[in-house]
Amino acid sequence: MNKINKENFKQDAYKYGFVTDIEDEKIPKGLNEDVIKLISSKKNEPEWMLEWRLAAYERLKSMEVPKWARANIADIDFQDLYYYSSPKDFKEKPKSLEEVDPKLLETYEKLGIPLKEQEALAGVAVDAVFDSVSVATTFKEKLNEIGVIFCPISEAIQKHPDLVKKYIGSVIPVTDHFYATLNSAVFSDGSFVYIPKNVKCPMELSTYFRINASETGQFERTLIIADEGSYVSYLEGCTAPMRDENQLHAANVELVALDNAEIKYSTVQNWYPGDEDGKGGIYNFVTKRGLCKGKNSKISWTQIETGSAITWKYPSCILRGDNSTGEFYSVAITNNHQQADTGTKMIHLGKNTKSRIVSKGISAGKSSNTYRGLVNFHRKAENSKNFTQCDSLLVGSNCKANTIPLTENNSNTSSLEHEATTSKISDDQLFYCMQRGLDAEEAQSLIVNGFCKEVLQQLPMEFAVEAQKLVSISLEGSVG
Amino acid sequence: MLEIKNLDVSVEDKQIIKNLNLKIGPGEVHAIMGPNGSGKSTIAHTLAGKPNYLVESGNVEFKNEDLIAKDPYERSLLGLFLAFQYPIELPGVTNASYLKQILNAHRKSRGENPIDAGEFLKILKEKSRNLNIPMEMHSRFVNAGFSGGEKKKNEVLQMDLLDPSLIIMDETDSGLDVDALKSTSEAVNKLRDGKRSFLIITHYLRLLEYIEPNYVHVFGDGSIIESGDKSLASRIDNEGYEVK
Repeated sequence: MNKINKENFKQDAYKYGFVTDIEDEKIPKGLNEDVIKLISSKKNEPEWMLEWRLAAYERLKSMEVPKWARANIADIDFQDLYYYSSPKDFKEKPKSLEEVDPKLLETYEKLGIPLKEQEALAGVAVDAVFDSVSVATTFKEKLNEIGVIFCPISEAIQKHPDLVKKYIGSVIPVTDHFYATLNSAVFSDGSFVYIPKNVKCPMELSTYFRINASETGQFERTLIIADEGSYVSYLEGCTAPMRDENQLHAANVELVALDNAEIKYSTVQNWYPGDEDGKGGIYNFVTKRGLCKGKNSKISWTQIETGSAITWKYPSCILRGDNSTGEFYSVAITNNHQQADTGTKMIHLGKNTKSRIVSKGISAGKSSNTYRGLVNFHRKAENSKNFTQCDSLLVGSNCKANTIPLTENNSNTSSLEHEATTSKISDDQLFYCMQRGLDAEEAQSLIVNGFCKEVLQQLPMEFAVEAQKLVSISLEGSVG
Repeated sequence: MLEIKNLDVSVEDKQIIKNLNLKIGPGEVHAIMGPNGSGKSTIAHTLAGKPNYLVESGNVEFKNEDLIAKDPYERSLLGLFLAFQYPIELPGVTNASYLKQILNAHRKSRGENPIDAGEFLKILKEKSRNLNIPMEMHSRFVNAGFSGGEKKKNEVLQMDLLDPSLIIMDETDSGLDVDALKSTSEAVNKLRDGKRSFLIITHYLRLLEYIEPNYVHVFGDGSIIESGDKSLASRIDNEGYEVK
């Protein structure tokens, strides 16, 4: 008979669940001043950085864990976590790829990210972050020649303290909210990018985040500054081993675009989502915010969120410069017991500012998928415009989709446009494709990729094909 | 090619097809005519394997294989093509990429490599020209916003592309004006090569004036009540389905 119902299809889709057998070195569990001092000294940080961290920690003591997400989050014991883990004997970052532990190179190769420059994708520079440290950065010298700084933030703190001091915490204040403040106190590694005036960065910059150690949180910190008239396209990817425990990834990402500068920031998030019963998986609690500081500046976020047990993030734009533009393109896919509460905030402060939001939520299995967004026009944001489109696609009948768009308009001359749809993959669509020779999985993947095409098109070409495959894989086992 | 024996089919607990028997040989063109609501489209859907169309008893052999045991896509790969009465829209999926993907699914099942982009474009241009389909249509989303005629032409294009051995046409004439009917029929006639078989399901004679059948069957009350040659179709057109 017809075998379209494949409810017992076993999910073996997560290809990145392996553990690298490498000895790690952790600092004692727990969150206290000593731990923060230890992290700071491991990174050879100057005194001002330690003070900054300690101030954040002081503030954190009086803050509470936020509870408002539309997600069931198990209580996290912040004293029972490791806040820093690195491969053993990793005193100093290797100066060249020849010195990098072959096991690490092999890990990234298995993840599809060959770090050896002659084999690497031409036109893409990679910073590889393994647990709490950056283990390799490619094409650094080449970028240096045109003045582009692309390095781990721990290195930037030592070598470019003026830039870091000026901008760190300038977009996400130390006091912002619990997880952002926690990150400010204990952050370990992430990338730092500075694009000098009038330079169009000639290659894609990307960071690949890998969690390997168990019971360890990853606290990524990324800071990107695009000086006047410059352009950069940056992409991050993330994976983690399959484990029964929930692991925390609490990142802070700050972007600053000065006059006439443009930053394009893309994320392909594929943290371990947990098993089909909802056991294990990453808690992805991330604060991402971009400041369009200068006039005519532009920040564009594109995110493909397929992994994590819980995704809780709102990549946002503060449009301070006149004529600045903010964009948010998102595909969020939840399957099995995954939960996502994601969206964006567009804060219009300057005149003639524009924002565009395109969100595609796809829920399958018993998952829950929420779009939550805020569009705010300040009184002085004359003649500003927003367009928002939120589409939800349901696969099966046990999943949930919610849309919570909030708008605040204090400007008489500004306008908002909002469109929202919810649809289901119809049996007729599946049958039609199958009648032409596609099996159930192929048919579904074709329809879903059609649904999120508008967003996938925003990705840099090198990654668009990969993302399409990921979209299909994430939904394997959900037909029926 | 196709042999249907003592077939009973029910849809949502209601029996629609009762003890149907039909044999179609290679190169033959059969037409099934019947009044609206008689369940003649159910034959098409059952043969293609639409979910919820439950075969209660009987069997269907296609190319000496048990058709009913197969998934819809396996039936397609085996060479069965159903041209839909109402082709389905696939928003966001461009027609060109869809056509390429279904062609590659068939190539894969034959052990061939995926078609190269240049070769595909060449084939697409040639086949589209035969059907008077502008290439611009292929950059639109599959069937979305297509006119009735465009949808049907797109169905014929797909049957041409996939090279099936049995083509079932479900009310292909519905929603077509005379010109579109004529050009669509001409394209279908080009696919008559003496080996490929057709099962044409229709309410009216007019399609059969363009695509001449070898056999005509009258369908009523879940089964074939009368069979004959093309003259049967003309008689029904004159006298209606009530008269026997």
